[in-house]
Amino acid sequence: MTPEKEHINTPDYIEAPSAPKHTRMQEFGRMLGQNRLAAIGFFIFLLFFCCAVTGLVLTSGSKPVFDPAMIRLEEKLRPPLSKPNLKALRPDQVPVFNIYLMGTDDLGRDVFARMLQGAWVSLTVGFVAVGISVFIGIFMGGIAGYFGQHHIKTIHILFFLCLMGGTGLILINAVFAGTALLLLCLSTIVFSLSARERSAEEKPSALKALFLGNAVSVDTLIMRIVDIMLCFPSFFLILTVVALLPASIYNIMIVIGLTSWMGTTRFVRAEFLSLREQDFVAAAKALGIGNFRIIFRHIMPNAVAPVLVSATIGIASAILTEAGLSFLGFGVPPPHATWGNILSDGKNFIFDAPWLTFIPGIAILIVVLSFNLFGEGLRDILNPKLRERH
Amino acid sequence: MDKRPMPHDTALLRVDNLKVYFQSDGERARAVDGISFEVRQRETVCIVGESGCGKTVSALSILGLIPSPPGEIVDGEILFSGQNLLKLDEKAMQKIRGNQIAMVFQEPLTSLNPVFTIGDQLGEAVRTHKYMDTEALKRYMIQLLSDVGIPSPEQRLSDYPHQLSGGQRQRVMIAMALSCDPDLMIADEPTTALDVTVQAQILELLRSIQQKRSMSILYISHDLGVVSAIAHRIYVMYAGIMAEQGNADQIFRSPRHPYTQGLLASLPDLSKRGKRLYSIPGSVPNPAYKPKGCPFHPRCPHAILTCRKEYPKMCDYGHGHLARCPVLYEKIVHSK
Repeated sequence: MTPEKEHINTPDYIEAPSAPKHTRMQEFGRMLGQNRLAAIGFFIFLLFFCCAVTGLVLTSGSKPVFDPAMIRLEEKLRPPLSKPNLKALRPDQVPVFNIYLMGTDDLGRDVFARMLQGAWVSLTVGFVAVGISVFIGIFMGGIAGYFGQHHIKTIHILFFLCLMGGTGLILINAVFAGTALLLLCLSTIVFSLSARERSAEEKPSALKALFLGNAVSVDTLIMRIVDIMLCFPSFFLILTVVALLPASIYNIMIVIGLTSWMGTTRFVRAEFLSLREQDFVAAAKALGIGNFRIIFRHIMPNAVAPVLVSATIGIASAILTEAGLSFLGFGVPPPHATWGNILSDGKNFIFDAPWLTFIPGIAILIVVLSFNLFGEGLRDILNPKLRERH
Repeated sequence: MDKRPMPHDTALLRVDNLKVYFQSDGERARAVDGISFEVRQRETVCIVGESGCGKTVSALSILGLIPSPPGEIVDGEILFSGQNLLKLDEKAMQKIRGNQIAMVFQEPLTSLNPVFTIGDQLGEAVRTHKYMDTEALKRYMIQLLSDVGIPSPEQRLSDYPHQLSGGQRQRVMIAMALSCDPDLMIADEPTTALDVTVQAQILELLRSIQQKRSMSILYISHDLGVVSAIAHRIYVMYAGIMAEQGNADQIFRSPRHPYTQGLLASLPDLSKRGKRLYSIPGSVPNPAYKPKGCPFHPRCPHAILTCRKEYPKMCDYGHGHLARCPVLYEKIVHSK
């Protein structure tokens, strides 16, 4: 007898479940089909993804199919779809398919190859930067929303500041001052430990009350940091940081990620404030599950919808920021092509060779627009209250 | 024949003079104000009382789940198989929660996480305290679900909570509570959100599980009908204090506290057909502004002047029947 047959003998007065069985993915696909703009956005996103991945394969290696760095000075500023002058070129300089699909730039480099290479840069910048910002945002928002009412003592803030300051000073070779700060940080630990042991018996003095009193709640602390971060004009912050750091694509990803997590934090905190009061959280606590597991394993999946939406739109703005940085010359260093620096190289020849500015410009426009449309559509799909609009 | 399994005499859980206060806007709400009770092994103990009398707060404080701030356990002891739960740190409490004391909540509709399947959640409950490989875990979960009477449990494992009915969800919650073989199960009005037939099924289930697994149940309810069906002993709570305690017979046949008497008199009954249903005059006091003396005196038909001034003593009627009303005690002793 199979195990299934055994259970047929369970009492028959219990009603069978009647809810329709649709998986979430099926439901999602149906909603996406109804929202045409979002579907188009999603389709373009997939296309862009494929282009970027194949572009990476075709433009990298020692002898790439499309060589974005191949200079042909005889063939500069050729318009799109023009044939190469076979007599002037060596055989290895001839482009694939014997055609310049998107023309050539002022050094005779194939714009199509450069666009392919740039697509991968845009994709990775978008995803890695947003990945960093979502990671920080979820962590900070989760802590602020879940532990918000807990208070931080003044001494803990002092400890943290001393620790950060000390390590920072040692890193920039001010060893003496750094060690002093670290020692101070050690003394705060000793102070708080000794105070904890004695606190049961005696009334705390004014000094102790100041240091061991509750300074701010976790929620206030994190959300004010968010407010402060939002006050900075982030593009100029990025410009400053990039000017100080060595120019590399990874630095740009990290800097964009570190300056764009505030929105996610706010969303996640707002979701957590309502979710933490739900019965299933109390039930999880009553099962003896730890706080961090409750935050990230039990509550987070319920709060992920607005994060997903803001992440999608965040990718678009990260791509745009990277393009802007490259355009200003602070982005990815020159031999490597990105859409931003193709655009910036082309601006000197805008009247002679308009394709040099239009092709990357329109590519950026389409990709950013498709991400925004998809993000908006995702918001409608994931938020039942907005479903009726379409 | 009485189907209730026989309890042992040793106390599994003893709560002594527990006081839980809530601080809000400078007001101090004395939600639980010095209650004591005990649950013996294999016993079903019911705590009865109306909304806001502190039943759920006392249950949550056993598990150390009082939100603090604003809540605070001011005084008292909670002894669970010999150790004081109030002295344990968070880590040690997490080992006890779910593993030795499990809880079933009032709302089966919201107590399950909507984004996970039943199998995920049940597995999480098991894995929190036990190690099991995937195959054994699946077999164990199927066993648990069929124990609580869910048909075709194998398919239910991949269902989401919204695909189950209320009764089935409560059964899943009970299965989660049972998953680590707890010594004590706290059931906080598990049948309130369910209709009467499902309620009867769940009560029957709890009773049979108790018989099979020899565990104690602390059942919290406002429904005297439910309580009379399952309780070995009953505690009646009013405004954060224990008004009366005794076994089911004593409470239902000879209530010795005016509040219990009022509650029983206000039960609908076929013999009272056509008459107006009795109701206790007045309403429950605000826990921040409880009356001095006996908290029940403004609504009590037997109240005398001393009730307003003095906090009433527990009066012993023998055989474990106690009531916190000296006035009735005087009357009854005098009439004898």
